[in-house]
Amino acid sequence: MINDRILKRIYTNKTSLFGLVIVVFFLLVALFAPLLAPVENPNNAYQLPQKSYQIAPQPPSAQNWFGTTEQQYDLYYGVVWGTRLAFKIGLTVTFFAFLIGLLVGGAAAYFGGKTDEILMRLTDVVFAVPSLVLAMVIAAMLGPDIKNMMIALTAVAWPSYARLVRGDILSVKQRDYVTAARTLGARGPRILLRHILPNAIYPSVVVASLDIGYVVLTAASLSFLGLGAQPGTADWGQLIAMARNWVLGTPGHPFAYWYTVVAPGGAIFMFVLGWNLLGDAFRDILDPRQA
Amino acid sequence: MVNYIVRRLLMLPLVVLGVTFLLFFLTQRLSPEMRASLYVKDPRQMGALEEVIREYGLRDNVFKQYGRWLKNVAHGDLGYSPSANMPVSQAIKEYLPATIQLAFVTIVFVVFFGVWFGCGSAIHKDEWKDIVARLISVGGFSLPIFVLGLILLMIFYGQLGWFAPGGYSVQTDVLIHSGMFKTYTGFLLIDSLLNGNLRVFWDVLSHLVLPAVTLCIGSFALMVRVMRSSMLEELNKDYVRTARAKGLNKFQVVYKHAGKNAIIPVITLASIQFIRLLGGTVIVETIFDYPGIGRFGVIAAQQLDIAGILGFSLMVAVLFVLGNLLSDILYTAVDPRIRLE
Repeated sequence: MINDRILKRIYTNKTSLFGLVIVVFFLLVALFAPLLAPVENPNNAYQLPQKSYQIAPQPPSAQNWFGTTEQQYDLYYGVVWGTRLAFKIGLTVTFFAFLIGLLVGGAAAYFGGKTDEILMRLTDVVFAVPSLVLAMVIAAMLGPDIKNMMIALTAVAWPSYARLVRGDILSVKQRDYVTAARTLGARGPRILLRHILPNAIYPSVVVASLDIGYVVLTAASLSFLGLGAQPGTADWGQLIAMARNWVLGTPGHPFAYWYTVVAPGGAIFMFVLGWNLLGDAFRDILDPRQA
Repeated sequence: MVNYIVRRLLMLPLVVLGVTFLLFFLTQRLSPEMRASLYVKDPRQMGALEEVIREYGLRDNVFKQYGRWLKNVAHGDLGYSPSANMPVSQAIKEYLPATIQLAFVTIVFVVFFGVWFGCGSAIHKDEWKDIVARLISVGGFSLPIFVLGLILLMIFYGQLGWFAPGGYSVQTDVLIHSGMFKTYTGFLLIDSLLNGNLRVFWDVLSHLVLPAVTLCIGSFALMVRVMRSSMLEELNKDYVRTARAKGLNKFQVVYKHAGKNAIIPVITLASIQFIRLLGGTVIVETIFDYPGIGRFGVIAAQQLDIAGILGFSLMVAVLFVLGNLLSDILYTAVDPRIRLE
């Protein structure tokens, strides 16, 4: 079965195994965040602890392993809890975007005709603007915070799943076993739920889950632009935004504040890299023509 | 083919209407006072917003208001943008050429280095050169452009002082707004040459280097991959073996025979990427403080400048749809086997 093939491919290919290791590592960090970096503000764990009110970042030390960024926000805490936030954003957005895509794509394929036409034109509208630009504009209109950012990301992500699900359902619809079920006297809803969906949905679920890296990257971009997580939140994009003011270092020491970029930047790079490497393995299996 | 183009062009207004209505609908969440700025042409009017609200019926229902906005747009009036301190149409005219210029220089980088690295990678398959090129391409695909941008600023501005952020130096800024500098196209690279001013040309070009390198990373990674696999495919074909058997040297075999065929997917990819870059410019222009349309959009969004946001989105949607259509047409031009239906 396809599951064995995926596992085999991942174990035999060094780069995809590397991707798997990275993703599992981040997953563990996210799960054990409270142990790795004890919460200091029980009301909001994603609130970065502030060490003092001094402005300039401080280099890594025994107390602050990754150093502190502007206004003494602890970078280690930010990277650890930022991992948890990244998974939270990635999973939530992908789940809801896929759910909407499944409903819209399923309805378009099942009803066909006018419904199909209207729903697909709706996806065209969302596709007419680059997703980052559209997400940016929606997030700005809703007001910058994490919840609204997730709504904006969901709003730009669902159409690609709708198209994917629709295409898969339409192709599965033509298969012999569907005709067989129909000749046996099965009704429309039963055919859709028991025969078409389980077979059509699998590739889309895989594609959707591999988009988590991309969703997190877009979320970080929005936070970087100041249209997502607000200052003081344990969010990678937000931490990099704070590093912006310090990239030039001090006179004579241009790299004085390197850790403000490298700590959160390294985290997001590795996270996205892990998902991309894993994604390559899956894409090869799902589409054997593109080796 | 003609049918396809006509159908897509007919879809354009529909899609643009959809996008702007969606955004217009969202603006209704904001107070009428904030939305009044959409109709204010003179900053001095900002004091009497209640009048503006009454005059333009900003408490009417969405559809009525949207109809009015459309009517204004049809007359070329996109409203006044407080964040850019000028009418939106003027802001677009001023900032768009800089962005197209940036995207163009970027795509030149992408194609040049992508083809170079991709070819080298394919010819030296599984040697160290190939492994390095593949590592760069996997890494480049995952490196967020805002992280790369900051690192490049650290090195090339902070440490080496070679390239500065911004669109041009202060001297150039003074010159081009002085009346001594004639504007022909709005593209500073072209205008500086037409003015015969090489100093401005170099100044503008040097300010383009860092943003273009940053922007190119994702597309470059993709280009290396495509070029590599395309070249490998061609190198394994019979005609290449024949050419080798004829005794042609390596250069002729690789570049004159295989290269010509291998480059087809690269050209189509480049045309698609050119359009995609317009999205990436939003971040790059913000990091490098580059005076393009992306930075205008970001500032408008940050300051909730509705007229700016709507005008920006409208323009991006039109560009994006037209650009995608153009790249579809280019597909058929480069590869006659593809038919548009």
